[in-house]
Parts: sequence; C-alpha cells; structure tokens
Amino acid sequence: MKPWNNKAWLFVLPVLVLVAFSAIIPLMTVVNYSVQDSFGNNEFYWVGLEWFQEVLASERFHNSLMRNLLFSGIILLIEIPLGIAVALAMPRRGWGVSVCLVLMALPLLIPWNVVGTIWQVFARVDIGLLGHTLAAMGVDYNYTQDTLDAWITLIVMDVWHWTSLVVLLCYSGLVSIPDAYYQAARIDGASRWAVFRYIQLPKMRRVLVIAVLLRFMDSFMIYTEPFVVTGGGPGNATTFLSIDLVQMAIGQFDLGPAAAMSLVYFLIILVISWVFYTVMTQQDNESVTDGRAGGGQ
Amino acid sequence: MLELAGVSKRLGNEDHIRDVSLQLERGSMNVLLGPTLSGKTSLMRLMAGLDRPTHGDILLDGVSVLGVPVQKRRVAMVYQQFINYPTLTIYENIASPLRVARVPRTDIDRKVRHAADLLRLTEYLDKRPAELSGGQQQRTAIARALVKESQLVLLDEPLANLDYKLREELRQELPRIFAELGAILVYASTEPSEALLLGGNTATLHQGRVTQFGRTIDVFQRPVDLVTARIFSDPPLNTAPVCKRGAELQLERFVIPLSGSQAALPDASYTLGLRPWHLSLQGSSGCSVEGQVTVTEITGSETYSHLQVAGHPWVSLTHGIRQPEVDTLQSLYFLPENMYLFDEAERLVLAPDLPTEPAWPE
Repeated sequence: MKPWNNKAWLFVLPVLVLVAFSAIIPLMTVVNYSVQDSFGNNEFYWVGLEWFQEVLASERFHNSLMRNLLFSGIILLIEIPLGIAVALAMPRRGWGVSVCLVLMALPLLIPWNVVGTIWQVFARVDIGLLGHTLAAMGVDYNYTQDTLDAWITLIVMDVWHWTSLVVLLCYSGLVSIPDAYYQAARIDGASRWAVFRYIQLPKMRRVLVIAVLLRFMDSFMIYTEPFVVTGGGPGNATTFLSIDLVQMAIGQFDLGPAAAMSLVYFLIILVISWVFYTVMTQQDNESVTDGRAGGGQ
Repeated sequence: MLELAGVSKRLGNEDHIRDVSLQLERGSMNVLLGPTLSGKTSLMRLMAGLDRPTHGDILLDGVSVLGVPVQKRRVAMVYQQFINYPTLTIYENIASPLRVARVPRTDIDRKVRHAADLLRLTEYLDKRPAELSGGQQQRTAIARALVKESQLVLLDEPLANLDYKLREELRQELPRIFAELGAILVYASTEPSEALLLGGNTATLHQGRVTQFGRTIDVFQRPVDLVTARIFSDPPLNTAPVCKRGAELQLERFVIPLSGSQAALPDASYTLGLRPWHLSLQGSSGCSVEGQVTVTEITGSETYSHLQVAGHPWVSLTHGIRQPEVDTLQSLYFLPENMYLFDEAERLVLAPDLPTEPAWPE
C-alpha cells in the first residue's frame, strides 16, 4: 500500500465499521439464511437457490407483489397531483404561510402505528366517527369485511398521512421562484396554465423527483398502518409483501423462504427506484442535449 | 405620449410614489435616476399597469389607461434579473409573447430572427437560457421585449447584474436596438454616468418624488435643487455651508472672492456645491481651501482624494496618479465660476455658465 493511502483509510475506517454493523452484517445474515434450511437445534443445510425458486414461483408472492404495485401506483397517482395542487394554492406571504406549514406538518409528526390506530378507530362502524356516520347515512361501509372498503380506508389514510410531504417539497420549490417571473408572465399575457407549465413546473422538477422516490419507497414498504388497521384482511385482501414477509418469518418461522423473499423485495425496490430516478432525471439531460443537437422549433 | 398626471401610490402607511407628473414622448429615451428605494420600480409598475395608482391618472395619447389590464397595454419590461423560460429554447423564449398574441407562424419566424440578429443571438437560437452567459440571457430577455413591438418599453436596471465590459457594450446598443420601434423607452438606473451615456431625458427621483425632469444634460448641468444635484453626481457633490458678504464668500476660515453675477447675489447663507473634477490638487489660478487627506483611491487614469474640508467630507477627482500623504493638510484649488450655490431652501440660485462646463470625463 502506498503511504498516502494509509491516512485515507484512517478517515474511512470509522464509517466502514459503522456501515458494516448497521447494514452489511445484517444483510449478509439474511443472505446466509436464504441459501440454507434449518430444522431447529441450530442445524443448517445448504439448499442453494431453492428458496428463491420457490418464492418466485409461489402464487402467494405474486399476489402480494401485485397488491403492492397497485397500492403504490394509486398512492402516487393521487398524492403527487394533489400535493402539487395544494402547494400551488398555499399563500406565499403573510401570516397564512406559517399556519399552513404547521397544519401540513402535523400528520408527518404522528408515529405510524398511531396513525394506524387513529384510522382503525375512526373508521369503525360501531364507534368510529367516520364509520358510524357513513353507516347512519345508509352507506354500506365496513372495512373489516369488504375488500374495496378496506382498500379505500388504507388509501385515504395514506393520502391523509403523506400528501403533506409532497406539498412541503413542492412548496419549497415554488417559493424559490422570484416575483419578477410572475410579473414578466403577466406582462406577456401568459395564461395560468402557461405559468404553471413553463415557470412553476420546471422549478419544481427536482423536488418532484425526490417526492416521487420517497413516496414510492415508503408506500411499497408499507407495513405498520395496514397491520394495525386491517391486519392484512379481509382474507388476504390487504396483505402486502411486508405483512406477508412477517407472517412467514415470525408466524410460520420459515426463515429460509422469508430471507429469500426479503432479498427479492429489496431488489425490486432498488430496481424500481432506479428506473424512476433515471427516467425523471433523463428528461433534464435530454432537454439540454436536444438543445445542442439543434431543431429549434 | 404617456402622461402621468399627479400620480401617487400609497401602500399601507407608506407613500411609495408622491404626486408624480411626467410626459414621456414617443421614440424618446427617459431615464429614471435615483438611489435604491427611491421609487423607480414602483413608478415603472404603475406605468406598466401592474399596480393601480392611489391618486392621479395615467393617460396614453390622451386616453386614460387605468382600466386597461396589463396584458392589453402593449407594454414590455426587462428586469435586473435575467428572466426567461428555463425549459424553452432561446427561439421559443423570444417567440413566446408572439405565440400568446396568436401571431401567424411565418411572421413569428421573421420577427424572432430579426430580433435575434439585432441582439446577436442567431447562433444560440437552439440553446436553452442556462447554457448562455449572463449577457446573452439578458439579450434574450431584451429580444423578447423587442418582438412584442410595444408602445412602452420599461427597462428596470437591466444592466446592473452584468459585468463592466458587457454593461458598456449593451448600453451602447440599447438605444439603437429600440430606435426603429418608436416606443417610449423608460430606463431605471442608480448611476448618474449611465443616465449621461444614454442621453435623452432624465427624471431624478427622491423618496417617491420626481425632483426634476428634463433633457439629461440640462438636469445634470442645472439641477433645480441640492437633492437633485446630489442624486446626479457620482462621485458625490462636495458641499459646505457658506456665508456671502459683499464680493466674497466665507467658508469657515477660507475666503472665496466673487465677481460678476455671483457678487450680485444678495448677502445671505448659501450652500456651496463643487463637482469633484473641478477641484485640483495643484494650484495655478483661482482660489483654494485646505483639507486633511483621509483616503486616496487610484483607478489608474484618475485619482480620487478624500479630504475633510472644514468638517465636511470632500472628494477631488484628478487625472493621473497622485498620492497626497494621509493626515497631511492639502490645498484644493478651484475656479470660482465652477461653483454651484443653493439658497437656504436648497433651491439652485447659481450654476456654472454652460459653455465653461467641460465634457464629462470618461
């Protein structure tokens, strides 16, 4: 090793140790479990990729995965446009700003299991304010028995909990636009849509990438809230990958398949996040190279 | 012709504009000169129609335009910041006001290319604003103002964010670029030298009030009062209270002999004003005062010497490099005919005769 490298190692080492203990070692134990079988007594047998094949072929996994994809898709389709709309409607100056910001931040400050409990009670038909009111109005609503009702409850809860995050991110992008831009647009006679399309949206693009990534990852990994509210039911209707995984690992103590599944789960999130990131930032690069290549109109 | 008749703008408890009356002719260059917060931008917003005056009327060719929304006023504005649409090409940026106005395609193309040609942007038409230099970005914004073919073009310190060289270059081009438009040009600036270089007319602003409006050179040479003279002087006008007795002025212990029309003024207290370039460190003729040297700044071709004269900070601007020693007493020489005198109400009572005024030192 060259002498100037020694000093660099000194700086990197503490971080390396920390990352090893917090991420690499736990991850490697999972990898270890995923390729072995155990009959208790701390005896392990090498099974190779058998668990992976089993998990990938199982209908149970496919169903959970499709539920997750559907859930994240719906969440993104609602929360991103809604977040942008709310951010646009928020005041830019005056006392209203702090009021709005505090109100927006409130749901984000509540622990996830508490959010679950709140909605679990709120939506109950017998004593919950929402559930009881709906029942009194003659709406046939019961999230513990009806699949659609359970989904609606979870989606409304997630929108209530997390749209604020999108709002706050978008708002931070919006307030960085100098007033002169709006003034110039007014003098130009630009329409409200043109102002949004050509001034506000470009300025929000960077924060939107972050918002989409965060909301996708979080909603795809969702566990606590459906666990508290529906417990994965009715039947398996709201059993997402994370709930399925916990059932497999702790409920059935199938450590091998559970480990294999969690690795697949992890890879899916990684790949989809990478795709989102690449697609959304590529637009940026494209627009620049486009300009260089020519074709002005 | 754009006419402002007794226009005032009040926001909350603050008067932003106080009783401004101006008449701006078509095809003229009008400079709004004043320090930051003197009301230049507020006045421009009123002219553009972005704000409504609290009192007074704004007339275009004799017709009040107060009820006309800004989009229909044929106004263009260029700002200190370089304002362009970030995702659009330079071509589309310049074309944007024409697209809004639904001008036919072929006309748009012709006008955009003409404007780009005038502003030397032709080779950048396919690029995006972020890929251009600050100067080119501002040229794009100016081109956008140009293609609109507005009756009123408002330039709000358009060159303030550019570096020295680009500023000089674009300042020379601006009047030429807008000349064929025949529009009313309004140009806000904090720099007296910029007003003089642009020529045309100048309105000096002080705390929301127009103190004087006229041909730029006239306002410069014969400011109506001390405030105007101070606004229109950089480096600042040297002033000191003086007392006139007979044919002489007393500035503390210094005596300045008077003659002709100066001597004919009634005996009273006045404020003396002297341009920095009328003060010389080397005497030959005229009269002199003494001051203590505080700082010397050298630009290369010129020397700014700061002195305390009878307790007042004075500046002398002389050609070449001179280095009077700090804290020493230094004599300042000047010709009495270069003096400005303001009465106790700070109105101008005497200005140097026009023909003796030397050219602005560039």
